[in-house]
This record gives sequence, structure tokens and C-alpha cells, in this order.
Amino acid sequence: MLEVSDLRLAFGGVRAVDGLTFQVGANEIVSVIGPNGAGKTSAFNCVTGFYRPTGGRITLNGTDITGRRPSLIAARGLSRTFQNLRVFGDLSVLDNVRAGTHLWLRQRVFDVLLHTPRYRRSEQEATDEAHKWLDFVGLRGDRAGLVRNLPYGEQRRVEIARALARRPSLLLLDEPAAGLNHSEKAELLGLIQRIRDLGIAIALIEHDMGLVMEVSDRIVVLDYGKEIADGTPAEVRDNPAVIEAYLGREAGPEETEEVRGARTD
Amino acid sequence: MSQLIWNGLFVGSFYALVALGYTMVYGIIKLLNFAHGDLYMLGAFTGFAMLGAMGGLVRSSSLVALLVVLVLTMVTTGLGGLVIERVAYRPLRGMPRLSLLITAVGASFALEYGTRIAAGPNPRVYPVRLDGAAVDVLGARVTMQQLVLMAVSAALMVALAVFIGRTQQGRAMRAIALDPKACLLMGINVDAIIARTFFIGSAMAGAAGVMAGGYYGKIDFLMGFIIGLKAFTAAVIGGIGNVPGTMLGALVLGLLESFGTHWVGGEWRDVFAFGFLILFLTVRPTGLLGERVTERV
Amino acid sequence: MTAVPDRAKRPGPTIVTRLMENRHLGWAALAVGLVAPFVIATPYAMNIMTSAVIFVMLAVGLNIVVGYCGLLDLGFAAFFAVGAYTSGLLATRLSWPLLATVPAVIIATALAGVIIGGPTLRLRSDYLAIVTLGFGEIVRIIANNLEVTGGPSGIYGIPGLFGAEAADPVVFYYAALVIVAVAVLLAARLGRSRLGRAWRFVREDEDAAEAMGVHTYRIKMAAYIAGAIWGGLAGVLFAAQLSAISPASFTFLQSALVLMAVVLGGMGSTPGVVIGAVVISLLPEILRDLADYRFFVFGVLLIVMMIVRPQGLWPHRSRETARTAARSGES
Repeated sequence: MLEVSDLRLAFGGVRAVDGLTFQVGANEIVSVIGPNGAGKTSAFNCVTGFYRPTGGRITLNGTDITGRRPSLIAARGLSRTFQNLRVFGDLSVLDNVRAGTHLWLRQRVFDVLLHTPRYRRSEQEATDEAHKWLDFVGLRGDRAGLVRNLPYGEQRRVEIARALARRPSLLLLDEPAAGLNHSEKAELLGLIQRIRDLGIAIALIEHDMGLVMEVSDRIVVLDYGKEIADGTPAEVRDNPAVIEAYLGREAGPEETEEVRGARTD
Repeated sequence: MSQLIWNGLFVGSFYALVALGYTMVYGIIKLLNFAHGDLYMLGAFTGFAMLGAMGGLVRSSSLVALLVVLVLTMVTTGLGGLVIERVAYRPLRGMPRLSLLITAVGASFALEYGTRIAAGPNPRVYPVRLDGAAVDVLGARVTMQQLVLMAVSAALMVALAVFIGRTQQGRAMRAIALDPKACLLMGINVDAIIARTFFIGSAMAGAAGVMAGGYYGKIDFLMGFIIGLKAFTAAVIGGIGNVPGTMLGALVLGLLESFGTHWVGGEWRDVFAFGFLILFLTVRPTGLLGERVTERV
Repeated sequence: MTAVPDRAKRPGPTIVTRLMENRHLGWAALAVGLVAPFVIATPYAMNIMTSAVIFVMLAVGLNIVVGYCGLLDLGFAAFFAVGAYTSGLLATRLSWPLLATVPAVIIATALAGVIIGGPTLRLRSDYLAIVTLGFGEIVRIIANNLEVTGGPSGIYGIPGLFGAEAADPVVFYYAALVIVAVAVLLAARLGRSRLGRAWRFVREDEDAAEAMGVHTYRIKMAAYIAGAIWGGLAGVLFAAQLSAISPASFTFLQSALVLMAVVLGGMGSTPGVVIGAVVISLLPEILRDLADYRFFVFGVLLIVMMIVRPQGLWPHRSRETARTAARSGES
């Protein structure tokens, strides 16, 4: 489904992503983990078209999408959420999720201007779809109100519902558990599994190891922009390189912090 | 030919003085200060009022008087810039860009038509007119006054470059341009530095206004509109937010206009200049010396 | 840094807000417009009322660009000018009936929208603002300098909407009112469609919109072209009303006034913008004595509005009704 080969991205002299290769197969949940600044989000941004990679090749369902603009990649069946929550705060909850219908909802200007029955049907379809996914993610609260008035955890759900309303074949989740409390994380776990049950492949960036180990089919581990491991949760857990990346090397902690602080993304 | 070059450089140095304020403010808070051109206008009128108040003193030594007025005007327009920043822009910091831009348009209107109320709608004639003996430099007719005005512009620009490049204050400005939040955390008084930037930029524009008044002789309350656009064009050509780039861009624009006017006629001068603005924005939006910026998600 | 004020704090619905959300409001406004000539029908009053109606059309056009899509266009008068000149030139030089020029005007303004938007819509929004300002000046200067457009004195003898002789002002007023009412309705409908939603997504967050498959460049271009067409058609009405046009009618001041109407009424809100336009065009008539202070007050008002009430006097509200808000299973 998604194939990333030898992906490279440099900001000036800093190699944020340095030769990353991984695949996400149909109906698979693949997590990308690594310390802060390892290049996970940068890699995601290359895959989704927000950064233009300096090298490598990305294909989605057999089509080369390297360096295409995000909307064209989305049109190929990819959908994503953002690390720091990018909902449309001043729009209603329903409108936010209707954004997901943009790619497949068909409306002609003629129908819109005359408000033909065809227009009304398509609007109803968009609304129904929005409700369907809000039900699916279990949103509590007012759907006609503005998103910014919802609590943080609910806004996260709206963002996921919006991504699902795109009807993607591959969903990229960038730290979906960040800022969630314990019970919300448990619900998220269930939600991710239910999304997979719909036949959607998932790529996941996450720091919560409990969640990652529980939900992933495979885990890709990044450090300093390079891939240091790729395997099942059990394999990755016992991999010495991974343990080293997470627990630190011979170098003193200050030095490591400084180096990593300089390339936090 | 050399006359065209000289004219271009001379006009370019005016543009540069105005464009610097534009570019400094943009560099530090990413705001297009539409009212900036109007501070140039305000400078011209302030100078006009001061010269009027000084009356007879002026005639004997017009150039010296003009220099004194220049300094006083710079202080006045600098304070004007401070007021605008404090009243119109600071309350909106962190709001959507659209709100800030609209506020800037409002500030520009308020300045223009405020001046109109105070000074009347008709053009005013400067009491001091600079014209003097011309010398011939490489085939170009150059007046003493032009030389003095260019020297003043150059001195102001050098002073600014030193200030930004060498002093603590200048370093703080550059730091805020990069990351205002980090600066706040590092204990830099961001509000004060931004205010200072407005002061300096507005003072430069005011200086240009007085000089333009003395040179062209006629001022009116809308004179800042076109020069504001031109200054923006200059900043874009050079690389907005980049101080040496802006100076370069202003000179380039001055030359382009000088030659363009010669070839296609004076009535097309502004079309020519804006055409270049659009061309530059399309082909090289970062300008001649601007750096490529990757916007991060 | 100043804290971002919390705009979420809103009181519950009052009588005013409930009135503002009433669906029949548009009909009420149209009725006021229809009745007005019965109250006062002097040629002078008709002239002012017709100008106000045309100004509403301009404001609604700019609202598509600024209000829906969040693109600041400071040279909107350029489209007004392109429409007026295209129509005026075809009607006087080629003796076309004015209504026959409408398709040509639509094509010309859409083309102008593409030419202006093409290079600039890829840029950051603040660059767009100043480039449109430059374009507004370019169009005016070109009209001023070319021979075919009549130079500074412009074009004379443009026929009325329905024929060579200038129609009765009351008839023309009603024609303009109906045309503009339809235009307002169509603009509002565009705003409530898939395209209109996409405009709002772009305004709110371009990156998130892109991620949802919204081709932001094309969507912005669509807004720009739509705004241009509305502005151009307003130009046709303008040419028909005055029967003479000159570059002096299409200055930055005109663009700024339209923007003022949109901001004052409420960006993105159709009733707000209509009322804003009526207020801005009628206010000078009411406050004759304050003519000198008019633009100064506008400038200050722009600043105050942005600080105190950025959403405008009559803000846009989400159009979710009880029916759409109900879950699918229950409806």
C-alpha cells in the first residue's frame, strides 16, 4: 500500500530524515517510534506532501507520490491527523467533519445556485456522513457548536472523524494520544482497532509505548533520521539498538539533550 | 545614460529610507505596515510645520535649518510610529493575520485623512526649496543638494546597519525576528524591542519625507500612498526582512524606474514598477538576497 | 505578549440574535428595498438608493474573497473597473445593447481574476494584499493612459440597461434591485456549498484543508474569480446608471470603502455585508456636515472594529439547523 524507500530530507545541513525505508501493507497497523527529534513527523510530512523530500521515493497504492502537493496525495486515498491538532476552530463540529467529504462529494455549480433536489441530496449525504463518523469516534457534546468550545480530547476525536470522512485507504495518525488522560487513551486504543476493522491501514506516530505495543502489527524505530529497527513489537522490544537509543549512549545526558534540542520538530 | 543612472540612484535612496522601515517591521513581527508610507507623509508635514514656525530664521541658511528640522522630524514621526504600534497593532498581536492587515489599512486611512483635516486637502508648498549649482559628474547633471541628500541617506543607512549588526539592541531585534517566544523566555523585553523597531523605522521614513519635501517642494496628504507601495516593491525585490537586501532592492527599483521611464514614458512609471513587483513575487518571492524559508507544519 | 482574547465567551441567544438568524430576513430586506421609492422618489434620492444597491453587489463580491476565503483584496475596484469599461466600450464603440455585454463582462473579469490571482495566490496572504493594491493602481493607470478608454475623461454616452435612452430612474432602481437581490442570493448559496465550505477551510487553516484534499490554490482562484465576476457585473450596473465612467471612480478609496463595508457588517456574513454596504453608502448623505471627517472616522473605525469586534456588527453564524444537527438515526 504505502512504500517509502530511501527517504531523505535535509533542512540546511541537518539531516532530519536520512535514508528511511518502510512499508505499510493493506490492513496493517505500523507504528513509527523514536526519541524526540528522530525525524518521525518530518517523515510523515514528506509522505503527506507537506515537505518536499530531498531524496527517495514514496509510492501509494502503486502510484509515485513523491513531492506531490498534499491535496493530490489525499486524493490518492491518504488521510492524516496532525501532531498539534489542526481542527477548524471557528467552524461547527459538523462542518469540520464535512471537510472530509470534500474529495468525494460531487456538486455542480448549477445545482448549488438553483438549490435543486440533487444539491439537497448531496448536502444531506455530507451531513449524514459527518454524523456517521462522529458516532463512530464516540463524540460527546454539541455537534452544531464550534469546535473550539469542545474539550481537547473531544477535539482530537473530531480530527480523527474528519480524517475518516475522507474514506481513506491509509490513515496517518501523528501522536493521537498526546494530551489524553488514561481512560481516553484506552478508548483511543479501541478506536484504532475499530478503524483497522473497517479495512483501513494505519501508520501511527506515538510516544505511549503501552499503546504502541498493544496495537501495532509492526514497529519502525527511528533515531537521528535513520531507521534502526523494523519488526514486530516483541522483536523491537528486545532489540539492543532500540534499547540503546531510548536509554542513552556512552555520551553524557547533557550533550545528547543539546544535540536533540537543536532539532526538535 | 549616466544621467539616468544618477537619477535612479537618487530616487532609489529615497525609496531605501522608506523601505527600511517596512522591512524592519516586517522582519520582526511579520506585519506589512500599510501605514508606513503615511509616516513619510507625516514627516513631510511635520517638517513643513516646523519650518513655518521657524519663519525668517530659515532663509539665511536653509541647508542647516533643514538638517535641524530633519532630526526633530525624525523624533516626531518616530513617536508617531510608536503610537500606532501601541494603539493599533499591539492589542492584535497573535490574532489572525487578516485582522492585522485590516487594522493597518485603517491606520493608514486615519493618518491620511487626519492630516487632511489638520492641513487641508490642497497641496502645500515647502518654504525651503533646495536647488543650487549643478556640477557635471561623468556626463550627469548633479546638484549639490542631491549630493547632500544622498549623503544624509547613506549616513542614516550606515548608522542603521551598524546598530542592527553590532549592538545588543540590534541582536535582540534579530533574535525576535527568529523566535519571539524564545526571546520572551530568555528575558528579552519583546514589547520594548518591537516598539523601538517601529520608532527607528518611522524615523527613517520621516527623514525621507522632509527630504522629499525640501527637494520636490510640494507635499500633500496622499503622497505616502504610492511611495509606500514603491517601498514595499523595493523590499520585495531585495528580500523583505533583509536590511542590506532592501537597500539594494531600493536602488535597483530606482534604476529600473529611471530607465523604464526613459523608454516607455513617464505616465507608465508606476505600472512599470508594480509590474516588476509582480514579476519578482512570481519568479523569486524571496528577493535578491532573501533566504529560502521552509514553512514548517 | 498579549493574551489572545477568548472569543468563546458568548451570551446565550437573545431576541436580537434570534431575529438575526431568521430565514425570512432576506425577504424583509427586499421588501424594504421595494417599498422605498414609494416613500421618497426624488431623482436625487433614487440616485443615492441605486448607488447603494450597486454598492451592495460590490460588497457581496468582495465578501466572497475576504469573508469566505480570507484573502485580503485591496484592489477590488479593479474588477469593478474592468466590468464597467468592458461593458462601456462594447456599448459605445460597437453599439452593443448593454445586456448583450454581460457575457463579455463575465469573461473579461474572470480573465482579470486569473491574471491577477495566477501569480499571487501562491504567495502568503499579506503579499496578496499589497499586490492586489498594486494591480488596482495598474488598472486605473492603464485606463487613464490609453486612448481607447478615453484617457482621464473616460467614456460617455453609455446606453441604459434596456435601450439607448436613459430609462426612468425608478425603473432602473427596480431593475438594479432585482438583479442585486439575485446576486446576493447566489453568492450566499455558493457560500453554503461544498465549494463555500472549502473556502472557509482555506481561511481557517490552509494546511489542514490541503490534508483533506482541498487544492488550496484552485479553491482560492475560484473565490477570486467569483468575486471578480460579481464586481464586474456591479460595474455594468454602474456604467448603466451614470452613462459615463472615468478612472476617477475606481481609485483605492473605492476599494477601501468596499472593504470597510464588509468588515463593518461582518466578514463572511451575507446579511451583515448587505447592511454594512447600505450603511457605508448612505452614511455620508446623513452626515453631510461631517464630510471632512468621514474617511478619518472610517480609518479609526477599522482599527476599533478589529480590536473590539472583529466579527463585525452582524457576525456570520454557522448554518446548522435543528435538522442537520440531529444525528442521522433520529432524522
